[in-house]
Amino acid sequence: MKILKRQYIILAMLLFAIFFPLVTQNEYLVHVMTLSFIWMIGVYGLNLLAGYTGYLSLAHAGFFAIGAYSLGLLTVKAQMNFWAAFVLALVITSVIGFLVGLLALRTKEHFFAIYTLCVGYIIYLVIDKWESLTEGVRGLIGIPAPGNIGPISFQTPLSQYYLVLSILLLSVLAMYRIIHSLTGRTYIAIRNSEDLAQAIGISTIKNKLTAFVLSTFFAGLSGALYASFIRFIGPDIGHTVITFDLLTYLLVGGIGTLSGPIVGTVLVVWISQQLQFLQDYRMLIFGPVLTLLVIFYPRGIVGAIASWTNKQAGRMKQRSLRDEKKEDSFPSSDIAPENQVKEG
Amino acid sequence: MFLETRNLTKRFGGLTAVNNVDFTIEQGKINAIIGPNGAGKSTFFNLLSGFHSPSSGKVLYKGQDITALPSNKIAKLGIARTFQTTNLFEQSTVLDNVIVGHRLRTKSTLIDAIFRTPRLKREEEQCREKAMEVIEFAGLKKVEDKLVGSLTQEEKKRTAFALALATEPEIVFLDEPAAGVNPEETEGLAELMEKMVQNSITVCLIEHKMQMIMKLADKIMVLNYGEKIAEGTPEEIRNNPTVIKAYLGGNASA
Repeated sequence: MKILKRQYIILAMLLFAIFFPLVTQNEYLVHVMTLSFIWMIGVYGLNLLAGYTGYLSLAHAGFFAIGAYSLGLLTVKAQMNFWAAFVLALVITSVIGFLVGLLALRTKEHFFAIYTLCVGYIIYLVIDKWESLTEGVRGLIGIPAPGNIGPISFQTPLSQYYLVLSILLLSVLAMYRIIHSLTGRTYIAIRNSEDLAQAIGISTIKNKLTAFVLSTFFAGLSGALYASFIRFIGPDIGHTVITFDLLTYLLVGGIGTLSGPIVGTVLVVWISQQLQFLQDYRMLIFGPVLTLLVIFYPRGIVGAIASWTNKQAGRMKQRSLRDEKKEDSFPSSDIAPENQVKEG
Repeated sequence: MFLETRNLTKRFGGLTAVNNVDFTIEQGKINAIIGPNGAGKSTFFNLLSGFHSPSSGKVLYKGQDITALPSNKIAKLGIARTFQTTNLFEQSTVLDNVIVGHRLRTKSTLIDAIFRTPRLKREEEQCREKAMEVIEFAGLKKVEDKLVGSLTQEEKKRTAFALALATEPEIVFLDEPAAGVNPEETEGLAELMEKMVQNSITVCLIEHKMQMIMKLADKIMVLNYGEKIAEGTPEEIRNNPTVIKAYLGGNASA
């Protein structure tokens, strides 16, 4: 019954996403939504690594920028076909991700976070200062919109909305399948305890590297879409501010949850839009709210809802158990989860 | 020889945690390692299971030199271990914790996961069946859907055993399996260990609870300050003057 309910929610969200542009007819809102979808893909990448494998990478804006600039340079400067450049941009990002991962994954926990923060900043600096290649602060102008696929053209904002939505849906599907497979279980085992994972025969190095590369792949995908959607990119997209934006979306939605990236991104982007009149004073609201959220709901909104429904389900189960016991009235050692004492 | 160490030594800077230890583990028996706190028991375990690499000496498993192998490869050869702190994933169910234990016997990759290949489905089923089997074996059938965080200490230890068994080991190293468990439950865990041996899984454990060890073990090694001071049957160990001295201090004849 619970699964059925979840299916309805997913269906409702899907229908909403499909009909959203037709209902609003507001080009600006469609633009904001498309951009949110693009961010979501990047957040999913971060979630796979930070949420499921337990490695908080702060280099994600860097990989986002590598994806965006690869696409930009290949189309604008090398005059490549759009989709060939798109695929190549993903390959470039993943290869750089692989090389960075080889080094970065020699560190753990906060050392890993600090190391990747530095890597991200170095990527930003390279883009900013290597003017002969990237045009530096002037940025890259005139990036083409996605090329036609057969008879379908992606020149209008509406068609781009649907293109990004389809890529997002494919990403979510891939993510869902990864998490709910033996590979996903392997990542979660590593997050839980690397020692134990190794003791049960999991090659932690290999799996961590795969997760890292995959997460940079999604960051690159997100960046390449961004470049072709906005059609102008500057070095700012590689700045650490973007990393922390992505991280905020993830934390608000729920780190280590499958729907967290969607919920968090939509919510934060939408609220930021509503609070635009406050300009930078928005942060006065965001800061405390985020702090409270992290303290009281470490797994974000989705995590909070999940634990609440679990509690409800547990209570229901207990009630039915209690009723059963009344009937046969034999003593049982089952202790209610609420008043259970944790030992050791 | 089933598993043996030769001149196994581990130094941490100036401290010699394990010094020149020769030890053989007998197949199909319960082997125990005892010794006062800081005697190097856990370090010895870490050397055997590949978590530390020894400063010198060798570990041989069925005649194969496994000294330099990483711990995940050692696990694949059929050597499993548990930890003093069980390290389980508390927010997840017993079943979900144990399923991943069989991962090392499967071959599915990321590609299998993304495309949901028949191989992945088959192997997932295989892991689930294995998990059910070892959960049944460890006597956890009743709590398989409970979150590990809500289990008793004894049930957690059993879950850790089940996870180790899911790797299909030939030998299991148990690091203080009965720590933090009351006497009655200790009895149950001892029975589980005997059951493992009956199913031709060799057991090697570190333990502090003397009564349990003397009753349970077929063979005991005593470590003190990183050195092996005695090895033998419980009877021999009980009457060994060096052991008595190490545990009680002072003159053995006193």
